[in-house]
Amino acid sequence: MSFLRKSVHLLTAARQNVKTLGAAGAHRGYSSSGKSVDDRYAFPGARDAPFINNLKLTLPEDYSPIPIYRVLDRDGYILNEQEDPHLSQEVVEKMFRDMLLLSTMDKILYESQRQGRISFYMTNFGEEASHIGSAAALEMRDIIYGQYREAGVLVWRGFRIDQFIDQCYGNDDDLGRGKQMPVHYGSKELNFVTISSPLSTQIPQAVGAAYALKRQPNNDSCVVCYFGEGAASEGDAHAAFNFAATLECPVILFCRNNGFAISTPSNEQYRGDGIAGRGPMGYGIATIRVDGTDVFAVYNAMKLAREYVLRENKPIVFEALAYRVGHHSTSDDSTAYRSAEEIEVWNTLEHPISKLKSYMVHKGWFNEQQETEFVSGVRKQVLKQIAISEKKLKPNWREMFEGVYDVMPDHLKQQQRELEQHIEAHKQHYPLKSFKQ
Amino acid sequence: MLRSRLTQAASAAQRAFSTSPKVLAVKQMTVRDGLNSALDDELARDDRVFLLGEEVAQYDGAYKVSRGLWKKYGDKRIIDTPITEMGFAGIAVGAAMAGLRPICEFMTFNFSMQAIDHVINSAAKTFYMSAGAVNVPIVFRGPNGASAGVAAQHSQCFAAWYAHCPGLKVVSPYDTEDARGLLKSAIRDPDPVVVLENELLYGTAFPVDDSVADVDFLIPIGKAKIMRPGKDITIVAHSKAVETALLSAAELAKKGIEAEIINLRSIRPLDMETIFNSVRKTHHLITVENGWPQHGVGAEICARFMEDQAFFELDAPVWRCCGVDVPMPYTKSLELNALPREHDVTAAALKVLGSKAGKK
Repeated sequence: MSFLRKSVHLLTAARQNVKTLGAAGAHRGYSSSGKSVDDRYAFPGARDAPFINNLKLTLPEDYSPIPIYRVLDRDGYILNEQEDPHLSQEVVEKMFRDMLLLSTMDKILYESQRQGRISFYMTNFGEEASHIGSAAALEMRDIIYGQYREAGVLVWRGFRIDQFIDQCYGNDDDLGRGKQMPVHYGSKELNFVTISSPLSTQIPQAVGAAYALKRQPNNDSCVVCYFGEGAASEGDAHAAFNFAATLECPVILFCRNNGFAISTPSNEQYRGDGIAGRGPMGYGIATIRVDGTDVFAVYNAMKLAREYVLRENKPIVFEALAYRVGHHSTSDDSTAYRSAEEIEVWNTLEHPISKLKSYMVHKGWFNEQQETEFVSGVRKQVLKQIAISEKKLKPNWREMFEGVYDVMPDHLKQQQRELEQHIEAHKQHYPLKSFKQ
Repeated sequence: MLRSRLTQAASAAQRAFSTSPKVLAVKQMTVRDGLNSALDDELARDDRVFLLGEEVAQYDGAYKVSRGLWKKYGDKRIIDTPITEMGFAGIAVGAAMAGLRPICEFMTFNFSMQAIDHVINSAAKTFYMSAGAVNVPIVFRGPNGASAGVAAQHSQCFAAWYAHCPGLKVVSPYDTEDARGLLKSAIRDPDPVVVLENELLYGTAFPVDDSVADVDFLIPIGKAKIMRPGKDITIVAHSKAVETALLSAAELAKKGIEAEIINLRSIRPLDMETIFNSVRKTHHLITVENGWPQHGVGAEICARFMEDQAFFELDAPVWRCCGVDVPMPYTKSLELNALPREHDVTAAALKVLGSKAGKK
């Protein structure tokens, strides 16, 4: 088999010649394994594919769908004892309370938009488990890139009710200095990158951030990028998947597949096997698909995903299937495109909070009275905070000119001075009292 | 296919051109080498700096601007990417958010339109939208402006596009000194900077003095340069149009007219002070650019005069010399006429000076 040795030799030489995109073993495909003796040279574009001599179309149906991992059944029982994460009562209670807090705060802030107190809001109903389960499996040093419906991750990390509400009201205590729409949270302290409105731009940026982490010696943190199944249709998502794979970045590409992109149902959004289906065959990325209404399934899978991306320095596609129980945003009424009965099933039987509640009941960790008290306590706190946040002063209007550049250029200083002079001359016409001086 | 033709066209268009008096002792350096050495210096100076783009590594860049850098700095610092501008621009923005200092090369700025959301909505606005929590120290660079023989989709100037957006800084170098000094400043800048290099000037050698070679040679962003002093008329230009303006100045000199030539260097911030000061002396102004007229760089300069006391210094209306308001023709003879040439600028100057021109 001297020619085979020769071809291996050539291939080795070729491999040495090829750049590795900053990643060892990027071109692992250069193996001669499994080739018949006739295949002296492998096609560079599909190195390990076998040859056949009967013509055949490969159909989508030839692949079975990627299975959905779940730990709890609908009634809150562990399906397979080996998969029980054995979380302590304390941790499970925090998970449950954080989910309740998120849901309670959502209801009130949604109403507050309806009453015209804030301009916009987005609820997280039905996806609480995917936020809390994933956040609980991460370390604080892991960097989060969200889309806009990931408030639960912030709740888990310790973002306080006053911080949420101050942001929605854009007052002087808002970390974002009133520069963004409501729900565009960001916190440097909690490693949560400020939400950006244009859809999907966070995905390639998250891959870039993961690339930056990977370059650090002894890196032990990863990036988690959340996005919806609708956002996954943007060109950015495809580009990001491909870059994550080729640059080999420690990033978890977390798709919250909640079935709807505003009104577009997922069966009109794509024809493949969800977003998970794109991972292994499409982009060569390890993939995991879970029941996103099952907080333990999300938790276990996220632990595994985190371990994998850091051990292998490779990305993971993580698809959490759920149902968006709320409307897309305050600009949407979803009963125009789906039935109230359908929503009701997901809001009760299949709701992530009721599943975890059932689990706690079986464990004897649930106390009806404590839950009622907790919810009413959160309600009171949120309502009180709204009253406080509404009355707080807005940031100084001069800040409008700050943050455009690191150092304010002359033309902005001049505009700022002109505004100061204008306001000084006409101050009786401006609500200066609502702004910090 | 087109991409490789661009390279050929660029080499075909190269010619040794210099308007400065040639002194034997003065060194010559091409714009390409100016950019290459700037990248080399900054990669060596700061290990957060890295270059990414299509073909930038092993192939040395489609226009060879990154020649030798991959061999010197390796895969970690010089990264070839798959072909998706929105992908690698997004990666670069994310890496900048996480503390690196990426230089994102667009093979040409024509292809940057695919990535413009990352440039405008993310790079330019994140510092502001995060209330100062996240800054994006990034450089977007590559060849810009009309090339030769590559028609409408590959021959256009994006200066006005990017200069429109607050949060970005935009520089448009003309010669080697500009290219080297501005690129180095851009890489060290804490804000996102768009560096619009000129495709046809890469191979042109310009005289440079020793200070340009210094590792800390920087040109401040936001400052224009007077290329040639004059007392009769001010001609403002950027990028390759500076060459046209200088050639026109030579023609005008033969008629006894001394034109002051201002090389803008930066499009945003725009150094209006230098232009105002010049017009206080010459009282006449022409702008020259290879981009289209509407909402262009010249249009902006005109508007700034309308809003300033300097307006009263003008003895005649300002005249803009711009590219013709059509997509770039492929036909060579039409292409040549679609951009302002020295005789167009000279004619404009004579018109603006009117009867005064005869008295010179």
